[in-house]
Amino acid sequence: MSRNRMVAAAISTILVLTACNTTASPSPSSPAPSSPAASVPASAPASAPAASASAVAAASPGTKFAGANVNILTFNGPQVAEPLQRRAPDWEQATGGHVNVVAVGFQTIYDKALLDASTGTNSFDAYVFNPQWLGDFTGPGYLLDLTDRVTNDPQLDWQDIGPFFRDFNASYNGKVYTIPLDGDFHMVYYRKDILDKDGLKAPATWDDYLTIAQKYNGQDLNGDGQPDYGSCIAKKKGAQSFWWIISIAGGLLQAKGTNEGAFFNATDMSPLFGQNEAITKALETYAKTAEFGPPDELNQDVGGSRGLFTTGRCALTMDWGDIGTLTPGTYAEDKTGATITPGWKQILDRASGKLVACDATTCPNAVDGVNYAPFASFGGWSGAINAKSPAANQDAAYDFLSYMSSPAISGIDVTLGKTGYNPYRTSQFTNTAPWLAAGLSQAATDNYLGAIKASLTNANMVLDLRIPLTKRYEQDVLDTAVSQYLAKELDAAGAEQAIADGWNAITDEVGRDKQLAAYVASLGVQR
Amino acid sequence: MASSDSSLELGPPEPVPTGSALRGRATRRATDTLDAWRSDGAARWLFIWPAVLLILVLSIFPLVASIALSLSKLAFQQGGIDLKLVGFANYQQLLFGLERSHFLGVLKPPNPNGWAIVLATVALTVAAWARAARSDHRRPVGLVLRLVGGILLVGSVWVVVGALASEGGRPGALIVTLIFVFVGILLQYALGLGLAMLLVQQVPWRRFFRIVFLIPLTITPVGVGYMFLMMTDTSKGPLEPIWVSLGLRDFTWVTDPWLARLAVIIGDTWQWTPFVFIVLLAALESLDQEVREAALVDGAGRWQSFRHITMPAILPVTTTIILIRLIEGFKIIDMPNILLGGGPGTATQSMTLQAYVDWNTLNLGRSAAISYLLLILVSVVATVYVSFVRRRVTDLA
Repeated sequence: MSRNRMVAAAISTILVLTACNTTASPSPSSPAPSSPAASVPASAPASAPAASASAVAAASPGTKFAGANVNILTFNGPQVAEPLQRRAPDWEQATGGHVNVVAVGFQTIYDKALLDASTGTNSFDAYVFNPQWLGDFTGPGYLLDLTDRVTNDPQLDWQDIGPFFRDFNASYNGKVYTIPLDGDFHMVYYRKDILDKDGLKAPATWDDYLTIAQKYNGQDLNGDGQPDYGSCIAKKKGAQSFWWIISIAGGLLQAKGTNEGAFFNATDMSPLFGQNEAITKALETYAKTAEFGPPDELNQDVGGSRGLFTTGRCALTMDWGDIGTLTPGTYAEDKTGATITPGWKQILDRASGKLVACDATTCPNAVDGVNYAPFASFGGWSGAINAKSPAANQDAAYDFLSYMSSPAISGIDVTLGKTGYNPYRTSQFTNTAPWLAAGLSQAATDNYLGAIKASLTNANMVLDLRIPLTKRYEQDVLDTAVSQYLAKELDAAGAEQAIADGWNAITDEVGRDKQLAAYVASLGVQR
Repeated sequence: MASSDSSLELGPPEPVPTGSALRGRATRRATDTLDAWRSDGAARWLFIWPAVLLILVLSIFPLVASIALSLSKLAFQQGGIDLKLVGFANYQQLLFGLERSHFLGVLKPPNPNGWAIVLATVALTVAAWARAARSDHRRPVGLVLRLVGGILLVGSVWVVVGALASEGGRPGALIVTLIFVFVGILLQYALGLGLAMLLVQQVPWRRFFRIVFLIPLTITPVGVGYMFLMMTDTSKGPLEPIWVSLGLRDFTWVTDPWLARLAVIIGDTWQWTPFVFIVLLAALESLDQEVREAALVDGAGRWQSFRHITMPAILPVTTTIILIRLIEGFKIIDMPNILLGGGPGTATQSMTLQAYVDWNTLNLGRSAAISYLLLILVSVVATVYVSFVRRRVTDLA
């Protein structure tokens, strides 16, 4: 090789190495992980009033976590990320730490977090995510065990958190892995003003729901002279349909308490969402609600149904707790009632696949013969900490999440619709002042919190699926089959077969015994 | 090396160089060095290899890695990821297994129209192959390739007919993608050409319209998706009063699969027609008007002028535009995803959207397998198109 070629080769090598070095090794001063996601500086303007937060901000700068730079991955809502961004400056002022909220689309959080942890990239110190994914994260040891921390943290006040969220949502296999920031389960909302006027009660069963929806469908419900809708429940593919169908089916599948589970037989992992009369009934009911809904309901997500309900165009809807905090200032203000998700007077006989009547044996938790099974869908946004994050960042991340969940802070945030957070602490039910301050009347507050309490204290609450590849079971297989059924691509039997085949394939891929153990572990905590 | 060698040679002593001679020698050496740098060999090392290495790192490696991924199943375990080799299981699942109804569709025996299409395709393919076999330029390899291509063509038509021209058939992601691509491109080209023909005339406000027509191209596809989501919302969208005034209060785009696909095609056409329009406008404006005027003077009508002068002149540009749109069109995801989430059912689920859903649920192997099937499809369609067009252009020339 001539000298010139050697020089040229050397320069080429240097250029390539320089280029690679530039892309592979970001500057140490760069706070955000290399990511296409929208990285939002936590020190965004704080706008919402918060008495306790203001007090913290007024204090002299703290040094407890000076130098700690915490990257938190969460949903770009703008709900969910909003309170984290708004509260972070106060926490930073009090502790000297820094929080960087990396907000991404809902569909992206799961794979981004899991790939980040599994590949050892560890760009994120903490996640505010769906506790359903604990099965995927705890098995390989990606999350920090918080059991000792939460029980010895006066700021967090662990015992104030509702037992369901403490024991089921935040825990996996007997250990605590997340700090709840939100309490999520479905309820039914109804137009209290028109039902009261007609002497009707809130729907207790899904048959009642359909009767009421049919009665009001096509009537003018908001005084604009136009016909409105009896029911608004979102049905868009790739949105929330798979959660609604679980809510409707829950009371047909589970009667003996949360530990029984509503997704699989806890003996052999055979899917309950398969060919049986309970799922047929649930599918038919879900499709029937579309007959009393807007014409394009098949393409509406929950945002669409919320818009219709709060503008007075729907008599009934099913939603998380958000409707309660969204009604102030809308047509539905002080006209809205909330009630526990309707139940059924029948229950699935798991051996025969047939529906049988509820009695003291088959439905021990039934109330007036109705088996309620409120569904803790999603479970509520929860904060978890990366087990491989540096210790200083773990401590700072824990403190920030604890601060966000503390009664004084969360007690205000759960009353604000813009946060996307719903109540999950005992104190949030007993102290109604923040609710009144947020614009709800005393009657609306009592009704709303009463419905939540009725759900939370129900021993038959359905825990959402939390085993490895949960997202594939629900958001791929179940969602697609339900969508195909609603679009009449499949009949009920075809949809049930598609769900069962898809779920069995995933179970076999991971390993039936492994999935069975994970399923039992997710249900195993005694209250 | 030359200077050191010369110092060892025995011979008459060289005269002591003067200052100007030294400067001249230095200049000559610098020139020699520059010449050496300019040589092909050095240029290859300095300019080509870094680019080749970067391409290898950034393109070829992911391509190879994704092949490996498509042959694997991924599992999370303590300390990392376990990639288990499963052979062609992901492809098998898509083409013959559990996912076949989503990927290929539900295929049923063709109806009479379907049979007519299949038989016509078979007849044309056999005739084309027979003609090639009788040709003086026939080569064995070429005949074999034509035979394979013919079988693939008939098989593809059978799948499409089984899904679309049959009782109870339903298209899967592959056929839905083909519908989006071919119908969309046809509309985009027709509209783009029409607009370009319009604005190449001396119409008033032509500069204003030229800018207005380009606006959709400047909007991000996600933005266009959300805009069409609002516009097609008949119960509370901004166009609701118009729907109501037209007596279409209960009309909806989304419950019928074909209307839903039409909504996606309209959105995609709205976004990409300006691209076709602006390129064709540039091509039309660069045409020699004298030829066209001469044809008109010779008695040619407007249609004849367009058919025999304008179209052949813009054919090279047309082929390029269509090729670009073909390759881009196969990757359609934003519009069906945002507008309909791939629904109703699986009516608007494109291949890319199916791969995206799999990626989101960390079914990375199947996602990679779909991507590779898409790559094969795009390569085949683009290659057939290019070879067909090249022959046509050559014939015209």
